[in-house]
Amino acid sequence: MKPAPFKYIAATSLEQALALKAEHGDEAKFLAGGQSLIPAMNFRLARPAILIDINGIEALCGVRTSEATTRVGPLTRYRALQRDAAFVGLFPLIGEALPHIAHPQIRNRGTIGGNLSHADPASELPAIAVALRARLHVQSAKRARSVAAADFFVSALTTDLQPDEMLTEIELPLQSPRTGSCFMEVARRRGDFAIVGVAAQMTLDNHDACGDVRLSFCGVGETPVDASTAASILIGQSPTDDMLRDVAASVQTMIEPAGNVHATADYQRHVAGVLTERALRTAHQRAHDAR
Amino acid sequence: MSTRTFGEPVKRNEDRRLLTGQALFIDDVELPGLLHAAFLRSQVAHARILRIDVSRALQRPGVVAAYVADDLGDYWKPGPLLVPPPPIAGAIFHARTQVPLAREKVRHVGEPLVIVIAESRYIAEDALDDIDVELEVIPAVVDLEDALSAGSALVHDDLGSNVSAHVHQSKGNYAAASAGADCIIKRRFRYEHGMSSPIETRGVVAQWDGRANQMTIWDTTQAPVFIRNGLAAMLGLNERQVRVIAPFVGGGFGPKIMMFYPEEVLLPWISMRLNRPIKWIEDRLEHFFATTQERGQIHDAEIALTKDGRILGIKDVFLHDGGAYDPYGLTVPINSQCTLLGPYVVPNYDSTFTQVFTNLPIVTPYRGAGRQHGVFVMERLLDLAAHELGIDPADIRRRNLIPPDAFPYNNQIIYQDFAALTYDSGNYEPVLDMALDAIGYARFKAEQATARAQGRHLGLGVACYVEGTGIGPYEGAKVQVQSNGKVSIATGIGTQGQGHFTVFAQIAAEQLGVEVGDVDVVTGDTDQFYWGAGTFASRGAVVAGNAVNEASKAVRKKALKLASDLFECSEDDLVIDGGKVSIVGIPERFVKLGDLASRANPMRGAVEPDTEPGLEATRYFGPKMGATANGVHAMIVEMDPDTFELKILKYVVVHDCGTVINPMVLAGQIHGGVAQGIGNAFYEKLAFDDQGQLLNASLADYLLPTALEVPRMELAHTVTRSPLNPLGIKGAGEAGAIPGGPLFAQAIEDALGLKAKGVELLEIPLSPSRLFELTRTAKD
Amino acid sequence: MHDDRHDITLTVNGVGYSRRVESRMLLSDFIRHDLALAGTHVGCEHGVCGACTVLLDGEPVRSCLMLAVQANNHAISTVEGLAGKDGAYHPLQQAMHDHHGLQCGYCTPGILMTMSAFLDENSSPDENEVREALSGNLCRCTGYQNIVDAVLTAAARMRG
Repeated sequence: MKPAPFKYIAATSLEQALALKAEHGDEAKFLAGGQSLIPAMNFRLARPAILIDINGIEALCGVRTSEATTRVGPLTRYRALQRDAAFVGLFPLIGEALPHIAHPQIRNRGTIGGNLSHADPASELPAIAVALRARLHVQSAKRARSVAAADFFVSALTTDLQPDEMLTEIELPLQSPRTGSCFMEVARRRGDFAIVGVAAQMTLDNHDACGDVRLSFCGVGETPVDASTAASILIGQSPTDDMLRDVAASVQTMIEPAGNVHATADYQRHVAGVLTERALRTAHQRAHDAR
Repeated sequence: MSTRTFGEPVKRNEDRRLLTGQALFIDDVELPGLLHAAFLRSQVAHARILRIDVSRALQRPGVVAAYVADDLGDYWKPGPLLVPPPPIAGAIFHARTQVPLAREKVRHVGEPLVIVIAESRYIAEDALDDIDVELEVIPAVVDLEDALSAGSALVHDDLGSNVSAHVHQSKGNYAAASAGADCIIKRRFRYEHGMSSPIETRGVVAQWDGRANQMTIWDTTQAPVFIRNGLAAMLGLNERQVRVIAPFVGGGFGPKIMMFYPEEVLLPWISMRLNRPIKWIEDRLEHFFATTQERGQIHDAEIALTKDGRILGIKDVFLHDGGAYDPYGLTVPINSQCTLLGPYVVPNYDSTFTQVFTNLPIVTPYRGAGRQHGVFVMERLLDLAAHELGIDPADIRRRNLIPPDAFPYNNQIIYQDFAALTYDSGNYEPVLDMALDAIGYARFKAEQATARAQGRHLGLGVACYVEGTGIGPYEGAKVQVQSNGKVSIATGIGTQGQGHFTVFAQIAAEQLGVEVGDVDVVTGDTDQFYWGAGTFASRGAVVAGNAVNEASKAVRKKALKLASDLFECSEDDLVIDGGKVSIVGIPERFVKLGDLASRANPMRGAVEPDTEPGLEATRYFGPKMGATANGVHAMIVEMDPDTFELKILKYVVVHDCGTVINPMVLAGQIHGGVAQGIGNAFYEKLAFDDQGQLLNASLADYLLPTALEVPRMELAHTVTRSPLNPLGIKGAGEAGAIPGGPLFAQAIEDALGLKAKGVELLEIPLSPSRLFELTRTAKD
Repeated sequence: MHDDRHDITLTVNGVGYSRRVESRMLLSDFIRHDLALAGTHVGCEHGVCGACTVLLDGEPVRSCLMLAVQANNHAISTVEGLAGKDGAYHPLQQAMHDHHGLQCGYCTPGILMTMSAFLDENSSPDENEVREALSGNLCRCTGYQNIVDAVLTAAARMRG
C-alpha cells in the first residue's frame, strides 16, 4: 500500500508553512506526526498534491504555563506531554487519557495539534479539550483568530479550520483548586479508538458541594459531545448515587451514537450511561481528596 | 559426554539468523532487473465484466506490461482441485476452482482483474488508477440460507444452485436411539472462525533464466514440492527445470498451503514472457481478500441423552460457507463433522452438511481447519444438557469419555484422510482430571461466591477435544554425514516457525550421537529435496520427523557397519556418541563420524556393487492414517457486568500429543494456538455486509489479540504414544486454537449467571457489545 | 510533482548514508531496499502491527508511517545494529533465544527494537508494564508469554 505521488516541502518557518498553505489550499496538507495522515495516504484515501512538513518548526513545540493558562504548541508530541510531570499535574484529565491513545511508538511521533486537527470522532483529546474549555488558536498568512474547543469540531474529521489555516496553539485554562477529574473509556483493546470515552471534571465549592461540573464524550457522535448540561443537576449538591444515575439517564437521551463495526448504537448508549456514573463518582472523590 | 537431546527443551538452531535480521524472507529477495507486480482487484463482490481497458496504464512511464484474462490464451484455466472429496457414499460435490484472472464474472471482492508489471510497486499501484473497468453489478450471495433459496443469485451460473457440496454421514440409528431418550436438547448454533493474519503476508518472486533454461520461484508456500510439480506442468517445463524455494516464512497457519493462487500461477508465466524476474508482495489490505480464510457455519444440532447424562446420539444438519470457489474440496466441513464427536462415546450419529458457494473469499483450512466449529457444537450441547439434567459440566463430560481400553476406536465415519475416523490411542480421563485440578475446579464455586459478595463476577469454563493429526500421504528426508562430521538434513516440507531446524536436528542427533547444533536442516527447497506433500494438518513433526528418524537410523547402520569393518569387531561392540564411533569400554579406539564419511567416499580403489558412497540415506514415512491427539482447556474469567468487558484470570491447557521431541517448541505451539483461539472467540470477526463488502479490512478494525489480551498460560501434558509411528508422536500445531469458543461461552455464562436468566450463548465470536444485545431482554 | 526527489543524509546504526530519494518513499522501504538492511520487516503499512519498528534518535517509531525524507539529519537504529560488532548478542536477543521468544521470527526485529528502548528507560519493569510496552507489537505465533519472560530476564541480567 504505497502513497500516491506528491511534492514534499520541509517548511523551516511558520510564515513559510502558512504561505504555502495559502497558495495551495486544500491541495496541500500539513505533515506533523503523520500517524493519522500517512496511513490514510498509504491506503490512498488521502492524496494531497503537496505535503508541507512542519516538524522542523521549533516554535510550534513546547508547553508554557503562565498565571492563568497553559499554552501548548501543536507540534508537542504525546510522549512529551506524558513525560511532563508538571503538565500532567495541572491537567490530570489529559494525563489519564494519554495511555489510551494508541501505543508507545505512535505516541513518540503523534502530536496534540495533529490529533485535534484530524478530529476523529472516537479520539480522546478533542473531548478533553471541550471538557477543559480549551481555546484553540488558529493562524493563516492573513490573520490570527481563536475558537472555543466546543466550536472547533464541526463534524466527523472536519474542523473549523479554513483551507489556508493551521492550528498553532492550544490554550488550556488552569483549573481551579479543589478540582477532581476522571477520564475513562471502553475500547476493544487498549490503545484502540474508544467505543465510548468520557471526560469528567468536578470542582467543589466552599461548602464541599459540586460547584462546577464538566462532562464530555468521544465516540458517541460526529464530534465530541459536551454533556455538561446533563450534569447541571449536581450543581450546589453533594452528589448521591441516585443523582448520578439521573445524570446518566439524561446523557443517554442526549447522545446519538451511530454504532460501528465493534458496537451497536444501543451498546454505546448503555456504556455512556455506565461510564457517566463511574467517571463522575471518581471525579467527585478526587475533588474531595484534593481539598 | 552425552549428546542425547531427544525430549529436551533444546534451544533453537534457527534463532541467530532471525534475531539478527539476517534471515531471508520473501521480500528480502533482490535480483538484478527485478520488476514489481500489483493487481487491480474487484471492488464489488459479484458482477459481470463488461470491459477492461488497460491502454492508459501502459502509457505510464515505468509500466512494462499489463495482462487481463484473455491475454493468457491457453494458459488461462481454473486451478486444479487440490483435495478431491473423500469416498463417502452419496456425496455430492461440484468442483469450481479459482482462476488466475477473472473472466466474464467476478465472484468476490478482491478477485484479480488485471496484473500490472512496473519498475516499482509504487508505480504499479499508480497504474491501477489508469485502468478503466466496467462492471455490471449483480446481487451478492452472502447469507447461507438465502443462498439456497429459490430466486437467489448464482455464484456459478452453470450449476443452477449455490450448492458446492452435500454430504451425509451416519453411524448407528439416531432416530431409534433418540426415541428412547430421557432428554433431547436441540439448538441452532452459529460459529465463525476468522482469518490467519500472519504478520508476514504472502509473496512470490519468479525468475526465468532463458540461458540456463531454469525457473526459480521463491514462494511463501507451505507446499513447495506440489507447487513446483504443478507449475512445471502448467508452464510446459520439466520438473527439474523448476526450483521452488520456500524461504523463512513469517507464519503460515494454513492459508499459505492453498495452492495455485492466481499470483503463483501468473508470475512465472510473465517472467518467461518478459525475460525478467518479477516480485509480488501481498499488502495487508489485499490479504483480507486474496488469501484464503475461514468463516461461518450454521448448525441445527440435537443431542439425545439418558437422564444420567450418557449420550445416546447426536444429529446435526449444518451449512458451511465455502466462499466463491472450492479448491480444497470438503476438508473443512468434514473436519467439523468428524471432530464434533470429540473424546466421547457417541453410539449413534447422523450428520449432514451443505457447503454453500457465496460471493466471499475462498475458504480453506486455517489452524483448526473446521474442528473449532464441531467442537463448539458438541461442547455446548453437553453444557446445555448438563444444565437441563442438573449434572455438573465436568461430570457430564467424564461420563461420556471413551475409556482407555477401547483403542483403536473406530468412529466409522470418513475423515479427511479418506479412511474411517479412527482414534489410534488415547487416555482421556487423566487429562480432564489434571485440567480440573490445575484450574482449581473443586474450590471454584466457593471462590466465585466470595468474589460475587465483593461485587466481582467470575466464571469458569472447561472444554475437551480430540484432534486428528499427522495424516499421510508421506514425507521424506535425506540425511548425510559430511566429511567435516556435521550432519545435513533435507526434507520437502516448508517451515513457518515450528522449529523444524531444531526438532529434526534433535531426531538425527539422537540416532547419530552428534550435537544438535552440528546438524543443519534445509526445508522447502525443491533442488534439495523434491518429494513430499507439505506442512499442514499438524503433520510436520509426525510425518517428516519420522522420515528423518528412519533416514538417520539408516545412516547410523551404515556408520556402524563401516566402523565394524574398520575395527574388525562386531557392530554390537560399538557405541556412537560425541560425533564418534568407538569400541565399548575402549574409548581410545574411535573414529570420527566425519572420517568415516570420507572413507565411505574413496578417491581410489573399487567400490562394491550395490553400495552407495558416503554416509547418506533417504527414507520415507507414510502413516496409514492420522494419529489422534487430545486435550482439555480450562479458563477463569472476570466479567464487568455493566460494560461486559472481559479479563482472563487463569488459563490452563492439558494435552496429549504422544512422545514429545522438544517440550519448549511444543509449549510455544500451544501458546500461539491459544492466542488465536482467544482472538477467534472474543476479538476477531470478519464483518462482511450483505453485499459482500468487508467493513473492517484493516488491522485497526480486525482485532488480533495483543500482549494485553493474551494471559499467561499454564501447560501440562500426558504422553500416550501413538502406535502408528516408531517415534510415537502426534501432531500439536493446531491444538491450542481449537476449544476457545465453547470455553468462552461457558465461562461467560457462568460469570454472568446467564443460565438462570434464560440466556444461552450459542454463537462465536462474542464481544462486549454482542453480550449486551443478547442479555438485554433477560430477566434478572 | 512527478518524481519529486530530495537529497537526504542520515546515519543508520552509526553508519552515515547520503541518498537521493523520491518524496513518497516510505522509510521502511528505504531501509529495506535502498540500504539493503532487510532485518526490519513490513507487516501492514498502516501503523498497527509494529513489525517495522526502528529507533529514531533512540525512540521507537513505526517506519511505515514515516517518509524517508523525514529521516534527513536523524539517527536510525535497526535490528542489524543491536548485537555487538563481534556478534555478541544484546541481552534481549540472548534472553529471547533462551526463552524461545520467537517462532517464525517475522515480528521479532520490531519487538527487539521496541523492547530494547523500553528497557533503557525502565530497568525494573513488572510483568504488566512489559505487556503494556509490548502491546503495540503484534505476534501471531508465540502468544507473547515467552517474549514477556525474555524481557523480564533481560532486565534482570542488565541490572546485573
